[in-house]
Amino acid sequence: MSILGTRVIRTEDPRLLTSGGVYVDDLQAPELDGAARLTFVRSPLAHALITGIDASEAASAPGVLAVLTAADMDDLAPPPPDDTEGNGGGEGPMPLGGVWAEPLLAVDRVRFVGEPVAVVITDGRYQGEDAADLVSVDYDPLPVVIGPADAVTDSSLLFPAAGTNIAASSPVPTDDGPFQACEVVVEHDIVNQRVACMPMEGRATAAVFTDGKLTVWHSSQNAQLCRLILMGALGMAPDQIRVIVPDVGGGFGAKVGIDRDAIIVAWAARKTGRALRWAETRSENLVGMTQGRAQLHHIKIGGSRDGTISAYRIDVIQDSGAYGRMGGFLPSLTCLMAPGVYDIPEVQTGFRVAVSNSTPISAYRGAGRPEAAATIERAVDLFAAEIGMDPAEVRRRNFVAPDKFPFQTKTGALYDSGEYEEAMDKVMAAAGYTELRAEQQRRRAAGDVRQLGIGLSTYVEITAADGAAGETAKLEVSDNGTATVYTGSSPHGQGHHTAWAMLVQEELGIPMDKVIVIHGDTDLIPVGVGTYASRSLQLGGSAVYKAAVEVKDEARRQAADMLEAAEPDVILDTVTGTWQVRGDPDTSLSWSQVAGHTSGGSLIADVSFTADLPTFPFGAHVSVVEVDTETGKVTLLRHVTVDDAGPVLNPVLAEGQRHGGIAQGAAQALLEEVLYDTDGNPLTSTLADYAAITAAELPSYELVTSETPTTVNPLGVKGIGEAGTIGATPAIQNAVIDAVAHLGIRHIDMPATPQRVWAAISEAQKASHQ
Amino acid sequence: MKVDLTVNGKDISVDVEDRMLLVHLLRDVAGLTATNVGCDTTSCGACTVLLDGESVKSCTVLAAQASGHEVTTVEGLAAGGQMHPVQQAFHTQHGLQCGFCTPGMVMAIVSLLKENPHPTEEQVRNGLEGNLCRCTGYHNIVRAALTAAEASSEVPA
Repeated sequence: MSILGTRVIRTEDPRLLTSGGVYVDDLQAPELDGAARLTFVRSPLAHALITGIDASEAASAPGVLAVLTAADMDDLAPPPPDDTEGNGGGEGPMPLGGVWAEPLLAVDRVRFVGEPVAVVITDGRYQGEDAADLVSVDYDPLPVVIGPADAVTDSSLLFPAAGTNIAASSPVPTDDGPFQACEVVVEHDIVNQRVACMPMEGRATAAVFTDGKLTVWHSSQNAQLCRLILMGALGMAPDQIRVIVPDVGGGFGAKVGIDRDAIIVAWAARKTGRALRWAETRSENLVGMTQGRAQLHHIKIGGSRDGTISAYRIDVIQDSGAYGRMGGFLPSLTCLMAPGVYDIPEVQTGFRVAVSNSTPISAYRGAGRPEAAATIERAVDLFAAEIGMDPAEVRRRNFVAPDKFPFQTKTGALYDSGEYEEAMDKVMAAAGYTELRAEQQRRRAAGDVRQLGIGLSTYVEITAADGAAGETAKLEVSDNGTATVYTGSSPHGQGHHTAWAMLVQEELGIPMDKVIVIHGDTDLIPVGVGTYASRSLQLGGSAVYKAAVEVKDEARRQAADMLEAAEPDVILDTVTGTWQVRGDPDTSLSWSQVAGHTSGGSLIADVSFTADLPTFPFGAHVSVVEVDTETGKVTLLRHVTVDDAGPVLNPVLAEGQRHGGIAQGAAQALLEEVLYDTDGNPLTSTLADYAAITAAELPSYELVTSETPTTVNPLGVKGIGEAGTIGATPAIQNAVIDAVAHLGIRHIDMPATPQRVWAAISEAQKASHQ
Repeated sequence: MKVDLTVNGKDISVDVEDRMLLVHLLRDVAGLTATNVGCDTTSCGACTVLLDGESVKSCTVLAAQASGHEVTTVEGLAAGGQMHPVQQAFHTQHGLQCGFCTPGMVMAIVSLLKENPHPTEEQVRNGLEGNLCRCTGYHNIVRAALTAAEASSEVPA
């Protein structure tokens, strides 16, 4: 019987549960014996010129080994000078260089609270915090811009040489013709607020430079990308840098590669010759780690009163934060996925990426796609409300039909496979949609204080969008009967060790407990891409599968030689993990015997798997909330989902991904928001202020199975890591609004905090009394 | 200052800075790194340990305050090579992904079940409000707590 598709509990867990993971700050590697601590001096101002730094008092404080500033970076190529010709409206890939370049330590200007200005290196961790306070930096404050709408006004320029805050743009078409032909047109601003990625482990780095080689331990989603970035930043060759990624306490996009703070740690280790450790505090994390979303949308949706949608326009302003990191790329994905699951004849998209005096924005679980889904799903509900039709019915009339796949969207995406209506039917049946609507009617008629809201979302997303970059796997079966997988993919909670072992057992019949999975070490795995964009199983898993097939082919040749049989007559019994001549079980050879027959004592396949196309998982969510109309408090009662990412390798892992995704979607819909005051001071820089979602605010989830395969990879799988978030956010937001729709409310921006919901209800009541 | 405490049954006697936090004593002095630090405002619970059998957030306890007391971390929970029923339940129910919040979460549940051996789902959820997890959406953590509660009721006292 195949192990694939069965509920296998994780091999990773016993270690994590008894002795704990080994995260960067837990490392007890001999090279880090006596390592010093690095502490950052960060900007307390959102926008200012640096007019002087006096480190003398800090330098003489107890335990201080060094205080370093940008002036000490004389061993690095200088940051590109300001380009006075300007380079606004750049179209290059992020991060932007030239006039928009981001320094390592701030040079003469700071652009957000939390920007690294200097580092203090001390023997002990507490000494570092004491000494960092003694570094005296003179600032000359500048006016700030905060948030997307403010940033595009150019009222204060972050990069004066650019002459604008708009770092990239693609203008939205202004052809109103398609809308003029519509019976009904709805226009709205929709906020997709800035949120913190907040992995439980913040950023952490350790580094040592000995004998010309820099070893960097970093909490990352991809060791090889870290090395590439370090090579460029520090001017070193690949063989001079080893990056090791140990256990990682969550990533969610914010740990893709290595960012400037960690590069500074690596540089400081080389500069001082000391082994260094850095693990940020949560207060640093909530201003220093990249954040997500931060888009402002203006939408226009038009159609006819029979429910047909015929035109959709979305104009995106992306707040990229102070520097154009990956945040600048996100709106392209938002625009690509703008029409979602709907077959809309006319779709117009455009965006502007604006820098502002805030923490840089980058990928966060979904990275550009949740924003697209949230807004089209909101737009469809706005349209449904306008024509007075049930939102499910409007969706049903506009889905891309199953016989249209592969389906080319107006925005250029090629959807591989999908059963959108079926997904919605399934989730509505599981939720008891009709009964829920009846209960809602009952409460409305009774004028209950607690009103029921039912929210729908039907979504499609793009996963492994960079499938052409592929993923690597090296599989080695040795003469002791073990199989070792060296994967370029980079787990940080997803369960790769279990999943990859299942794939090896399935193909080779080598039991999971004899499969060792190794990841995250550039000396052992020089080429790899990593874990992000829901790409691991479809690319990394397919690479493991491909390597297993190659190992099997080679083993067959070896076994044929040993058994003096023709290759086609030699078969592998994957139940016993033995090779034999067909019809002659007495000829059985074990994997150790076959591996031992090779000249090197092992069978090795070293492969890269690339996919020509991305995949498009889809699904439908129903969310049920209760809104207290007197206080505005929202309670999420139920959340029911269909998330179809093709055949499921291990339901335990896939469900875990969906659960976590739903919670992060709920967090954005209901609670979480990174806030600044008008001077650019962060108001949510601790977990006492940032409303990270807890168990008490969530229900158990109701998951419905649906598996539509793709032909893009040999496993038939799509990505599941981000689907839950993409589907959950709009379903929950729609549910909140649906609960109070009878009061005349059409829209409430996220997060639907009690304050905001109460304000919307009060406003509606005032309007109805006038 | 000198502190004397018992950690996972082992006596520790050591001179520490007055301001040293218990979590740093556990991690940096005792070398017990399973207990993690996830915030600096006592909000996340990653550092939860048992102090004389009751859960505390060890980032908000001075090492000095633990002097003369018994501390249990997740490393001290398994007995005789057998995982504690709460650890076992986390494994079978997939109650952990990246594992960072897990030691604190496990200790919080051990403490919760000691106070209330047969909690409802709602009681578990409210009881875990001070422990954040970013991976699991809490679904399977709650299942693990309920499973451990059931398992312990099956074991004769």
